[in-house]
Amino acid sequence: MARGIKDKVAILGMGCARFGERWEADADTLMVEAYEEALEDAGIETGQLDAAWLSVGFDALNIGPSGIPASMALRLDNVAVTKVENYCASGTEALRGAVYAVASGAADIALAIGVEKLKDTGYGGLPVRTRGTTFDMIGVVGSAPGNFAQLAEAYRNRHGISRDELKRAMAHVSVKSHDNGAMNPKAHLRKRIDIDTVLQAPMVAAPLGLYDCCGVSDGAACAIVTTPEIARRLGKTDLVTVKALQLAVSNGWELQGQGWDGSYFHTTRLAADRAYKEAGVSKPEAQIDLMEVHDCFSITELVTMEDLRVSEPGRAVADVLDGKFDADGAIPCQIDGGLKCFGHPVGASGLRMIYENYLQLLGRAGERQRQDNPKLALSHNLGGMPNQNVAAIALVGLEGV
Amino acid sequence: MTSILASGAYIPRLRLQRSAIAAAHGWFAPGLRGLGKGERAFGSWDEDAVTMAVEAARNCLEDCDRDGIDSVVLASATLPFAERQNAAILKEALTLRDDVFAVDCGGGQRAGLSALVQALRGGTAGQTLCIASERPLALPASEDEMHQGDAAAAFLLGDGPGVAEVLATHAVTFDFVDRFRESDRDHGYAWESRWVREEAFGRIVPDAVGATLAKAGLPAGEVTHFIMPSPLRGAQALVCRKTGIPAEAACDTFAATVGDAGGAHALLMLSHALETAAEGDIILAAGFGSGCDVLILRRTGGTSRPRLAVSDWLERRAVSDNYMKFLVFNDRIAIEKGMRAEFDQKQPMTALWRNRKAVLGLVGGRCTRTGAVQFPKSDISVNPNAHAVGTQEDYKLAERRATIVTFTADRLTYTLDPPGCYGMVEFDGGGRMYAEFCDVEADTLEVGQPMRMMFRVKSFDEMRGFRRYFWKAAPAG
Repeated sequence: MARGIKDKVAILGMGCARFGERWEADADTLMVEAYEEALEDAGIETGQLDAAWLSVGFDALNIGPSGIPASMALRLDNVAVTKVENYCASGTEALRGAVYAVASGAADIALAIGVEKLKDTGYGGLPVRTRGTTFDMIGVVGSAPGNFAQLAEAYRNRHGISRDELKRAMAHVSVKSHDNGAMNPKAHLRKRIDIDTVLQAPMVAAPLGLYDCCGVSDGAACAIVTTPEIARRLGKTDLVTVKALQLAVSNGWELQGQGWDGSYFHTTRLAADRAYKEAGVSKPEAQIDLMEVHDCFSITELVTMEDLRVSEPGRAVADVLDGKFDADGAIPCQIDGGLKCFGHPVGASGLRMIYENYLQLLGRAGERQRQDNPKLALSHNLGGMPNQNVAAIALVGLEGV
Repeated sequence: MTSILASGAYIPRLRLQRSAIAAAHGWFAPGLRGLGKGERAFGSWDEDAVTMAVEAARNCLEDCDRDGIDSVVLASATLPFAERQNAAILKEALTLRDDVFAVDCGGGQRAGLSALVQALRGGTAGQTLCIASERPLALPASEDEMHQGDAAAAFLLGDGPGVAEVLATHAVTFDFVDRFRESDRDHGYAWESRWVREEAFGRIVPDAVGATLAKAGLPAGEVTHFIMPSPLRGAQALVCRKTGIPAEAACDTFAATVGDAGGAHALLMLSHALETAAEGDIILAAGFGSGCDVLILRRTGGTSRPRLAVSDWLERRAVSDNYMKFLVFNDRIAIEKGMRAEFDQKQPMTALWRNRKAVLGLVGGRCTRTGAVQFPKSDISVNPNAHAVGTQEDYKLAERRATIVTFTADRLTYTLDPPGCYGMVEFDGGGRMYAEFCDVEADTLEVGQPMRMMFRVKSFDEMRGFRRYFWKAAPAG
């Protein structure tokens, strides 16, 4: 294996816009909001950036093509701006570009910014769009909930779990994220809900009801990265460094090959194992202090616990119901509300996850700060659908951990 | 002489109760109440004369070698395309040989029987697949709306004793306009039925039937199965009286169960007669419309029985009293479909041409190194084969059974028949696909459920007047 990225790059500053239905804000405004916070946190000026990466999931519906929209919105110094898109995993992709540029020495300081303006479509949920000419002839134009809902029956059949028990565990996932989101001033959805509300909500795509689905939001998030040496030279002392950045991309096996039963994410397992190896993590359950995972739907979060090896196979339902992933549990998951309640501005989500992990590691998460001095945090950012997707995993932690 | 080697049929699963039509229009057209008995078959939103023809043909060809087919004749007055040969779509769906002769023919109420007679008389070498399929439209509150039904039937013709041999054929042609429909109209216009009864079924048809019996040298009393579609009550009995055909020979017209499938109806009835007739029985089929075609057949000893015979299709039914659904599925009413329906369905024709085997024929690939089956075919196999390029050979999946691996019932995605049911299916013998489901009840879906593939409309491009076709999974059986 390659030598990896561990501790070669530090996060100099991060920013995140308030997520939600930002009717008053263009994508430019959202980017500026996140960027100004990050600049101040980093203690640098725009002229010190050597390069930038911009992530957006639905460019045709908001900012349009190319890296130009970020350069113009932020009035960058005519530096290189690369636009990246990898479905809902785009945000982590932007960070990967910036981190690799710094690690290679091609850039001293680089910016990763993700943005999405989803609430200009006129309807709820993610926009319908083409997936290419071949897909449009032979694929299923289903909704995101419809695609992810299929995990539930497959998982249930594999592990012999009753419909009611699984639905209750899924509901717990959502109730927990609403509790967490209520404590987060930047979150889209800040209302606590009870389990009955989840269980009785209208069905969107069986068995996913309304509260099994995450918010579809406007928002932006960004990170400024540099080397640990430059960070120290700029006066930073407590450094959060990148421990691992791994991506696994479906090659069609799940959909076209033999053996996948639809109950888990093949790519997440691969990306997790690679990331743990890169970061030197041998016992993820013991070593990871907190997680932000891609909880686009409650069932996604639930099965991901097993794919990330923090629940034993078939144990995720019990672990969820035991509160293992609650804010005060052994490994809090979505302590900021997650996609479910912080919201899901597609191109920004991967960076939003890392933003929360960064704040928690530095003890700057305010009311929702985890009190056990977290040292290592994981984010899991997934794009596509269970049978064909991009799984991105980022591990960040305190320097020296 | 050319004989009938096999036959098959298709009747859509949905059956609208005519009482629901009568109830909807009772305030305006109380006269319809008298017609409000029984049920009529209607296709789902994703069925048309082409998809129904494909189903009938697949059923007919169940045990047959498709490579023996040299000609395809598709008869219908309700084909979806005026330009773009409809029979060519069918040829691709059935994965027939490329060097096949194919033709669409229309012409009205006797189109199906005319095409069959022509094919039987043609005496070409090799086999002919002759199909009639209709999805007629009518104005709401019209008698046509009550009488009509959707159905298709297919016949494989060729040398050999088969299931029926031709004894005689005969035709008369007149510009007798009992009903008409201009090419760009979607519903017909009918003249007074009393005149049609007397002039057509009292004179034109009996004369033609008599002439055909004379040609065959058969006394009318020997006819055991008399096929003559007409929505006019008593028309069959009238012709029997006039010609001497025994009244008990008159076959079920399916007026109470299917409705009148226009140009396809005589062939639907003929398929049923072949199912029920004994060896030696005499079948006389008369098709009226701008004249009359008559065909006399003798049932021979062949035992070809389709997977589902007409009687099975009659059983495979989903009763509906939802008249609004009938209107929506037939595009008779504009409804608010929501913004998700605005997704542009423009079809790049170049891509369709390149991918026609996969899209229209559901042809996948099998790796010649590993034997693994996949859909769609690809340059590099999905299952590891040392990364060899170009090792896949064509592998047909359409006739293979499949089982559900994953599924959902999606109430967010746009479909005219919510919830949108879809999921992953795996074929017997390998290969899987992410497929839309059709003809399903959402709450009965299960992992492991057996399915069979059906050729359906995938989507409509309303802006440009095009429709995509693809295969969907339906419950097996």
